[in-house]
Amino acid sequence: MPSLKDLKNRIESVKSTRKITKAMQMVAAAKLRRAQEAAEMSRPYAERFNAVLSQLASSVGGSDTAPLLLKGTGKDDVHMLVVMTAERGLCGGFNANIVKLARTRIAELQAAGKTVKILTVGKKGREQLKRQYGDLFVGHVDLTEVKNVGYANAQELAATLLTSFEEGEFDVATIFFGKFENVVSQVPTAQQVIPAEFEETDAPAIDYDYEPGEAEILESLLPRGVATQIFAALLENAASEQGARMSAMDNATRNAGEMIDKLSIEYNRTRQAVITNELIEIISGAEAL
Amino acid sequence: MANTMDFSLVSPERSLVSGPVSEAQIPGEEGDLTAMPGHAPMITTLRPGVLHLKGPDGEDDYVVSGGFAEISAEGVTVLAERALHTKEMTQDVLNDWVQEAHKAWKDATDDNGVARAGKLLADMVAMGTHIGLDPDHANYVD
Repeated sequence: MPSLKDLKNRIESVKSTRKITKAMQMVAAAKLRRAQEAAEMSRPYAERFNAVLSQLASSVGGSDTAPLLLKGTGKDDVHMLVVMTAERGLCGGFNANIVKLARTRIAELQAAGKTVKILTVGKKGREQLKRQYGDLFVGHVDLTEVKNVGYANAQELAATLLTSFEEGEFDVATIFFGKFENVVSQVPTAQQVIPAEFEETDAPAIDYDYEPGEAEILESLLPRGVATQIFAALLENAASEQGARMSAMDNATRNAGEMIDKLSIEYNRTRQAVITNELIEIISGAEAL
Repeated sequence: MANTMDFSLVSPERSLVSGPVSEAQIPGEEGDLTAMPGHAPMITTLRPGVLHLKGPDGEDDYVVSGGFAEISAEGVTVLAERALHTKEMTQDVLNDWVQEAHKAWKDATDDNGVARAGKLLADMVAMGTHIGLDPDHANYVD
């Protein structure tokens, strides 16, 4: 039976934990709003960009001279997995889910006899994957110092990928990130970026004039397309991280509340018991006289 | 015939302009072109340069770099990798851009890359001069 003092201390400590989780929840909520806004702002660009690219790709794609970024190297022996996670923990299963998806993919690819290379973005994913797949690592991008991901970050990452693609270090690149559905649901997603894949659009094809030619435009736009996709993924990831943290902290706050209630009842019971005990002692003492 | 068309200028991070204009002068890869309502549909890549807009509310200038412009019957969409209002374009920003273009030019290995990066650098410098900033060579020759 814990003493009154112990109980009081425990209630106090749970109360201060609740204060912290509450504060973290509110910070995450504010950051989430900003991250969502950023994601929304970037959407028109990405949508138009992909629409034009896919139209170009469908008209040029079939030819033998199509850029490597579009048709691939013709092999799929070496896979580059770009695993994007958060820089910080305390966001529920967010990081773990993305890592789990990546692990499954790695296991599948290795079972099929492919070579796997890993590039991580975000400290948490690196920590979790390093233990098991340390020898597959080809790099890590540190965004710890970056407060709000900008297009420049995506460009840098895309440039790294493109250079190593040009040097023939991999055939297929896939990015892993948490897709933001809503505050309670973030879906870990794998998306192939190299060679580029496009959704079929139903929009009627407009007969455009191209300046310079279609092939040249496609060649100059494809690398930018990689950056655009990575940027979109980074933004989704940022929003998902904050969403996950918000709901995780909301749960934690609620649990702390419940715990405080339980401890308070126990505290009151113990106090009553102590009083009753004392009374019994006094009364029996008086009777003995 | 309508005398304005829908125009939008978007960068990856935000949408800068969205509204009707009567004329948009676009710095295309192979030369400036002016799009007016009813222009034939076309797509052109951009070179670093100044995008000049004439609208019902007056004229406006934006600095754009990288990306492309899509002209269709409905209007004009400019997707620029970098876009800034000319007022926000400071010497520091220009220095950064020029320095970067210069680095790309120096690092280019094959002939094709050198030519492309060289053109980018030249366009960048020309744009700087055009908007009255100093694309000082001394700033980026290291």
